[in-house]
Amino acid sequence: MRIDFTQVPVPVPTPETEHFWAGTLVGELRLQQCIDCQTTYFPPRPFCPTCASRAIEIVCASGRGSLASYVINQRPHPAFDGPYAIALVELEEGVRMMSNLLNIEQTPDALILDMPLQVTLQPLSDDIVLPYFEPRGSRS
Amino acid sequence: MSRGEVAIVGAAETTELGRIPHMSQIQLHADAALNALADAGLGISDIDGVATAGESPTGVAHYLGITPNWVDGTAVGGCSFMLHVRHAVAAIESGLCRCVLITHGESGRSNVGRGGRVSAASSLQGQFESPYGGMGPTTIFTLPVLRFLKETGTTLAEMASVAVSQRQWAGKNPRATLKTPITVDEVLNDRMIAYPFTRSQCCLVTDGGGALILVAADRAEDFPHKPVYILGTGESTETPMISQMADLTTSKAFKVSGARAFSEAGIDHGAVDHLMIYDAFAHLPLYGLEDLGFCGRGEAGAFIAEGNTLPGGRLPMNTNGGGLSYMHSGMYGMYALQESVRQVRGTAAAQVDAVDVSVCHGVGGMFAASGTVIMGSSATR
Repeated sequence: MRIDFTQVPVPVPTPETEHFWAGTLVGELRLQQCIDCQTTYFPPRPFCPTCASRAIEIVCASGRGSLASYVINQRPHPAFDGPYAIALVELEEGVRMMSNLLNIEQTPDALILDMPLQVTLQPLSDDIVLPYFEPRGSRS
Repeated sequence: MSRGEVAIVGAAETTELGRIPHMSQIQLHADAALNALADAGLGISDIDGVATAGESPTGVAHYLGITPNWVDGTAVGGCSFMLHVRHAVAAIESGLCRCVLITHGESGRSNVGRGGRVSAASSLQGQFESPYGGMGPTTIFTLPVLRFLKETGTTLAEMASVAVSQRQWAGKNPRATLKTPITVDEVLNDRMIAYPFTRSQCCLVTDGGGALILVAADRAEDFPHKPVYILGTGESTETPMISQMADLTTSKAFKVSGARAFSEAGIDHGAVDHLMIYDAFAHLPLYGLEDLGFCGRGEAGAFIAEGNTLPGGRLPMNTNGGGLSYMHSGMYGMYALQESVRQVRGTAAAQVDAVDVSVCHGVGGMFAASGTVIMGSSATR
């Protein structure tokens, strides 16, 4: 499966998500953590979704995660050259993200739930770098 | 909220279902509304409350010539109409209005006069989900299911039996879109849409509408049809982003909404004669049966595969054929409500014997919201 990165819908940051996209631009996958209750959370917002505290800080994720669930879409999409998996990835830090899976066959036999994954960053434009995931140990 | 204080006295779908390219979406609302008024023996001037989703209540009220005392535009997806019922009960009980019309109309197949539904690139979905190639519900609503199957030990064949069971009901319903019986093997070998979902495990895409009319129970006997009393209702929301469900194998909104409805109605599961669980995809009845407490964890797949929800089974479910075989315009909740009303009235195409209590459970968005309505043949049981 190949992705035509010129055809991927490009995210538009908001004031609340700007740090996330600034992070991927410099090679970091940034999450947020509550200083009061220690919850690490995603997607971004300037307060803790667990205790509503505004005392939060930005933390860097390890980039390691595992495959929580997925579907393999069979219908044509301009950014993909064939059937492709849309995946949910559970990060070590306990948050979940949607993503695609690179450097692996897009088949039920290859995509095994709970398989270890690592983040890999791909530029979509001068300003936006999108996080994807691949099997841990891949050399992308 | 007191049980049985409000009743449905008018209920109807659009004259046609399926492909209706000669009607715009607002006219589908009106066609259903006029049919429901005729069903209740009421005129337009009798309506003083309007609730709808998909169109604005302002637009529907003006199009029909209603000047309402009360409107509700709650729009949380396909279960919005369950929430409208709940809100209408509260409005009528507290005297905000006397006679509520809830309308639905959707040009889901023909797209005549229907607005778009695209997330902005700056929304959270636009930033953190849309780049990954999701193409609407077939690829997003379906995303949690592999985790559900793994955690609960449910098999793909058991999930396929949802589609098989509902086709059996649809075969008894002249208005159903798909009536030909199918087997588990045929479902599993049908065209793959988004693994593990084949075409027959994905809802239909059709046009249609429906409308309900509710009044206080103390005058519900004055209408042409047997009143259908609202015994209990529930509602909740979880997240607009499927990736952020607290647990991919259970819907928090289902649990909250369902438990509230049962508690208000004051009944247990054994009292339920008939069940509707919104089935945009084949996995939803599995989640619904477990999250509403009809089945234990991991038991819903086998419960359906063993035939318990079939004609003659002990818990007849989705008896119109469901979103998989009857019709699905996009916001299916209204059709589930209509079937519950018909079953309690005793007028369904595939009528279940002696339905005194029907549970009608809806989902909104993609596990984003939920609404539950429990209907009964009498106000007190």
